[in-house]
Amino acid sequence: MNQLSQTLGETLGRIGGVNLLPVAVGLIAFVLIGAPSSWVTLTVAGLSMGMMIFLMASGLSLIFGLMDVMNFGHSAFVSFGAFVSASALAYMSGWLGADSIFLNILALFLAFAAALAFGLVAGWFFEVVIIKPVYHDHLRQILITMGALIVSEQIILAVWGGAPVSVPRPAFLEGSWLLGDVTIEIYRAFAFALGLAVYIALYFVLKRTRIGLLIRAGVENREMVEALGFKINRLFVGVFMVGSALAALGGAMWAGYETLITPALGGEMMIVVFIVVIIGGLGSVEGTLLGAIMVGLMANYIGFLAPKLALASNMILMMAILLWRPSGLKPAVK
Amino acid sequence: MSLLSLNQMKTSIGQYHVLHDVTFEVPQGGVFVLLGRNGAGKTTTLRSIMGLWKPSPGSVTFKGEDIAGQHASDIARKGIAFVPENMGVFGGLTVEENLVLATAKGKFDTTRLKRIYELFPALEQFWTKQSWSLSGGQKQMLSVARAIIEPRELILIDEPTKGLAPSIIDAMAEAFAEIGQSTTILLVEQNFNFAKRLGRGMAVIDDGRIAHTGSMADFAADTALQERLLSLSA
Repeated sequence: MNQLSQTLGETLGRIGGVNLLPVAVGLIAFVLIGAPSSWVTLTVAGLSMGMMIFLMASGLSLIFGLMDVMNFGHSAFVSFGAFVSASALAYMSGWLGADSIFLNILALFLAFAAALAFGLVAGWFFEVVIIKPVYHDHLRQILITMGALIVSEQIILAVWGGAPVSVPRPAFLEGSWLLGDVTIEIYRAFAFALGLAVYIALYFVLKRTRIGLLIRAGVENREMVEALGFKINRLFVGVFMVGSALAALGGAMWAGYETLITPALGGEMMIVVFIVVIIGGLGSVEGTLLGAIMVGLMANYIGFLAPKLALASNMILMMAILLWRPSGLKPAVK
Repeated sequence: MSLLSLNQMKTSIGQYHVLHDVTFEVPQGGVFVLLGRNGAGKTTTLRSIMGLWKPSPGSVTFKGEDIAGQHASDIARKGIAFVPENMGVFGGLTVEENLVLATAKGKFDTTRLKRIYELFPALEQFWTKQSWSLSGGQKQMLSVARAIIEPRELILIDEPTKGLAPSIIDAMAEAFAEIGQSTTILLVEQNFNFAKRLGRGMAVIDDGRIAHTGSMADFAADTALQERLLSLSA
């Protein structure tokens, strides 16, 4: 088993490493599916789903890696992002249905900005009031953050009610593009583009700025960062706020994708988000992107090829990857 | 006048009292060596000075100011650098990124960088390599280079020769001797031959207490004392 794993690892490393895994999965699916148009539709759906999950999971991965905090309440920000943005979109429904694409875009931008702002403020409150007292105590972190998730669901129930809330979409994101036999939903293409833009921005900040250097160093060795003269606690608060805001943005995107949301949304997404973070490797944004794309593609391909296995596909993928690479695909700490 | 003085410093980790009334003085300039057997409290002493473990009570006076209990980042900004036993190199960062992180403003002083290249030529060679791919000796060089990339008044170095090849140890000794001409080094070491090449002053810690302080020349000449405090045989 070890030898097989080593040989597989070396072969992959020579031809592009784990980055090629989604390509390999796509090629296998292409052979099994047979119909190119269905394959393209499923692939686009998988990539866009992956990008939305990436938005939700990237912050959690950094929080895990940098702060060593098990935040089971992370998906509360996903829920709040979805509901805040749904309310903002409903408030601006006149702009959403307008013929002016400018008003369409402005409404969407303001709804996302509201979700982001909520995530930033709620993230600050959550870190200072709930997380800080339980640094270095994993058991209490799990208990208190799960408690916070339950409380947040109750707050959503109290504010928005228990009935499903419909989420209006701007007119310019409705409909599909038809390319021959292939149908591509515009919203999915938009979700992919937005996720990619956020990834590029995160990549730039982490690789090209001093604050990014500090975050990457802190993920590996917090104590040494302090011994170099930096106050890591300030970094913790900043990363927690940004991570929460990204989760809220992911929730807002997911709400537009589902178009009908319930207070249980956060809890439902929690397992997927944790699987992505574990598959990708703690603290690694690149790993999170790779893990999210793998999860998105597998969910769509298996949902098409073997619907009965769809629910288990994420777990099977996680087990297979952890057997091969116990630290995940691209862990931040080598 | 001493640069650093420890006065009855005590440190507890959890329920264990590791250091008991540790008292010694590190004079300005040169290399001061703290010797001791495994588990005697050498690393705890360095970490307590650096603020990574909080000593209480007792005092740690650096340039006349009591720094005991201050945050590690504040202590670092006062001019103390730390080279830990595990080197503390950030493996996912390149050699350049590791060093730039240790600069005050994110920019290199070209004179200091040139000096680092002269002391450790391997770092220039592997400048853009990720640090996890370096050998143990090269990681140690990077860790020391990070401590001297900015002007510091005191460098705390914890067992730098551990696990290194003899040729690298020689290079390290030459580098420390040169660094010690302009900066004070408090060196924790188990390798007595390495320590006696460098140290002017020295202290021996045993079971969390200072058992001896004096000059390295006197200690190196007293084999009976070495045998008693360090279990070294002539």
